[in-house]
Amino acid sequence: MVDGNPLEAAETVVKMRGIVKQFPGVVANDHVDFTLYRGEIHALLGENGAGKSTLMNVLAGIYRQEHGHVYIHDREVHFSSPRDAIMAGIGMVHQHFMLVPSLTVTENILLGLDEPRFVMNLDRYDQAIAALSEQYGLRVDPKAKVWQLSVGEQQRVELLKMLYRGAEILILDEPTAVLAPVEIDELFLTLRSMVANGKSIIFISHKLNEVLAISDRLTVLRRGQVTADGIPLQGITRRDLARLMVGREVIFEFEKQAHATGDDVLCVENIWSKNDKGLDALKGVSFSIKAGEIVGIAAVAGNGQSELAEVVTGLRRSSKGTVRILGEDFTNSPVRRGIQFGVGHIPEDRTHVGTAPNLDVTDNVIMKNYAREPIGHGMVVDMGAAHSFAKDLRALYDIVVPNIDTPVRLLSGGNLQRLILARELSGNPPFLVAVQPTRGLDVGAIEGVQRLLLKQREEGAAILLISEELDELLRLSDRLFVFYEGEIMGEITNVHTNDDELVEQIGLMMTGTRMDELHLETEGASHHD
Amino acid sequence: MTELSVKPGKKSFFPYRIGLEPRMAQVSSWLPASLSLGAVVVALMIGALILALGGGNPWATYAHIARASFGSLGVLSDTLVKATPLIFIGLACSLAFRMRMWNIGAEGQFYMGAFGASAIVLLPVLPAEAPRWQFLILMAISGMFFGAIWGSLPGLLKAKFNVNEVISTLMLNYIAIAFCNFFIFNVWSEGGFQMSPKFPKNSWLPRLTDYASTVPEFAGLTTHAGFILAVLAAVVVWFILHRSKWGYEIRLVGDNKRAAEYAGIRISRNIVFVMMLSGALAGLAGMSEISGVVHRFQGAISPGYGFTGIIVAWLAKLNPYAVIPVSILFGALILAGREIQPSGIPKMIQGIILVCLIASDFFLRYRVRIRKQVEA
Ligand SMILES: Nc1ncnc2c1ncn2[C@@H]1O[C@H](COP(=O)(O)OP(=O)(O)OP(=O)(O)O)[C@@H](O)[C@H]1O
Ligand SMILES: [Mg+2]
Repeated sequence: MVDGNPLEAAETVVKMRGIVKQFPGVVANDHVDFTLYRGEIHALLGENGAGKSTLMNVLAGIYRQEHGHVYIHDREVHFSSPRDAIMAGIGMVHQHFMLVPSLTVTENILLGLDEPRFVMNLDRYDQAIAALSEQYGLRVDPKAKVWQLSVGEQQRVELLKMLYRGAEILILDEPTAVLAPVEIDELFLTLRSMVANGKSIIFISHKLNEVLAISDRLTVLRRGQVTADGIPLQGITRRDLARLMVGREVIFEFEKQAHATGDDVLCVENIWSKNDKGLDALKGVSFSIKAGEIVGIAAVAGNGQSELAEVVTGLRRSSKGTVRILGEDFTNSPVRRGIQFGVGHIPEDRTHVGTAPNLDVTDNVIMKNYAREPIGHGMVVDMGAAHSFAKDLRALYDIVVPNIDTPVRLLSGGNLQRLILARELSGNPPFLVAVQPTRGLDVGAIEGVQRLLLKQREEGAAILLISEELDELLRLSDRLFVFYEGEIMGEITNVHTNDDELVEQIGLMMTGTRMDELHLETEGASHHD
Repeated sequence: MTELSVKPGKKSFFPYRIGLEPRMAQVSSWLPASLSLGAVVVALMIGALILALGGGNPWATYAHIARASFGSLGVLSDTLVKATPLIFIGLACSLAFRMRMWNIGAEGQFYMGAFGASAIVLLPVLPAEAPRWQFLILMAISGMFFGAIWGSLPGLLKAKFNVNEVISTLMLNYIAIAFCNFFIFNVWSEGGFQMSPKFPKNSWLPRLTDYASTVPEFAGLTTHAGFILAVLAAVVVWFILHRSKWGYEIRLVGDNKRAAEYAGIRISRNIVFVMMLSGALAGLAGMSEISGVVHRFQGAISPGYGFTGIIVAWLAKLNPYAVIPVSILFGALILAGREIQPSGIPKMIQGIILVCLIASDFFLRYRVRIRKQVEA
């Protein structure tokens, strides 16, 4: 989209000036200025808790600013509800989708509109929505029920909902955090076709590569204040971005110290397991992890890696095979036993599995050790000890939250992830299962988490790392297994970053080529020469 | 494309439109309490309107209700008597509801508790001249035991076979009442009357009036020790929920079942135990009613305490301490029902309060906006 310099004469669609928004204990936005031009993709960056979502919620009429003005097309607006914002052409896709699972795509899109009134001629609307999704390349079946859709498809429904309401300005809050790489590419195509149609897009993401790939200009927030106001992206590097966000140099490459490993901690033999639909998700997987070793699993989402994490933590039954942890048989043991062993688990779904949203920070951090000294004595929970534990973790892991009595549903996405990390790492687990441990975190925090994982490794923890970020896997893992449809395609023992050939190999294995076939192919190719 | 888009805010007949929006920000802590209070006030006003439409004088009626339930030491004492079983049952429901176990079988558990307490006297387990403390302790234990059995039954069904507890607890109410009636009509009936013989005095919970010789003001006051027991139970339930490991598990399961599984909590076991304690509390209500008020085993000992207790728990927002004042309010309404004619009016007010309460819960989650129509 960056061709010549089209932005000079661009028309301003959104102008926010001096926005101040406070929450008890924090100034989430401190005199923030923000300008959006027509037809641009504008990236909004910042650390966790920097105030990005808050600023966008002000623009979308969900929060009301204490000071400052918002202008749309140079006319000042005073939104008192999301509805007002929609009427002004502003549509926001939140990180947590707001769809009704039991209704169809069309019904979800029509929900809350004045039309149709009483008689629902759904067919007509189905067609209209199909046409709209055609136009923007948002593939989704209008008649499908939302619960049947993948996360990526649900996101398309949210986008269609906004387009159908005539939104001209689209806000996407961390849209790629939940998507697989292929889906990200598709989303980007859609975004490009939207701006080509004269729409303007605000794009929030922590992934700097994406920001560099898709946006025209960017605004950076740090602790509620603007540190870069709508600067064009030409000539900016990942390092520059990181410095703008964090305020210091972020080291992207850090040396993983080679060190001696110990005995097998996890030993998985010929494991079979079914997914929620009753189909085989794991088909005879065997591997082991030694103390002081990080073993990564690379796979496209839905190829059995989530089920593997559940089987080794006791959350899912295996139909065949054995799991051993620290030499003891752990096959189909209850979760509780793993927790007693000290197994840590950073789950994939932080809001539905990892935390209890309406309970406070204290209740959420003691989830794994409430029954143990010093917090649990006999039958009671020592709330004094629990509070000081929560305060310690908050300080140690830098969790930004006004106080420890706050229900965790009010934490920003990144802070929620930190809370889970704090809880799972605080016990120095001998075995840790980390599923997408850096999802939703800012660059500084990602660096921090990766260091923490390496520190656990140095202290002798065995870590099973499941991630969709190949970069992360290559940087952290000692060994790497590639999964495809519940089977191991190959093991990579010599893991290092910046190796295009390796990345290509992994890519092929992730799409179903076995490692031995891979060698045959390359050999075959060299024979042709 | 543009003609497809529906423009919200089309002109309509009314110049204002009312919209609902989910609340996104944290609500301040006084909002739930003041909304509940507001709901009660609105309910009383709606009740007044209906009374006025029916040709009555609402203010006189309310004044009458107030006088009939709080007007003198005597009626205040009677109000507390009515509030006592409600506190126990309100606690029973609050505990179960905290874990999202919809126990609507407190009525049956209450009857089973009354049966258990009566059995100590009527079987008899203890001789009639046994000391009072022996009677009271055994009656309480037996009442709680039978209530607990009646509560754990649907708990077991839910844990083992995933039977919906709403249906099973509701059905067990009828079985409990029929079971009690069998004993009242056949086994323990006195001279063909549908009630047991009166219990000996040393099986009664002490009442204020028993101390009239030392404090003359207590003469005729029927408030019994069950009220103190109920207040203690509230403290215990609060402690369990907020200070014990078990209570932590209950709150975690209630808020997010998947997180509880992830934390290694045995959900089935908790379901059974929570239903057991919930039943035991309702059973204790039955014991306190038998031993503190009725002094014999008979039918119709509950004007629907088991169901009013559900409303109490809800109005108290499942907070054990709030159960106490709310129970006193409902105790007053029940008492007023006896005093004023037609007695349907307090029941009607109870119903309206419930409806308003459910509505107020809605306002807790949504905010209403009234806006002027804008010309598109
Ligand atoms: N409803 C709320 N009540 C109280 N505090 C809030 C609320 N919403 C946000 N905050 C606080 O305001 C600050 C900014 O939060 P915001 O959600 O805007 O961050 P963010 O930049 O989107 O972060 P992330 O990248 O982690 O999503 C945080 O400290 C957060 O805890
Ligand atoms: Mg955010």
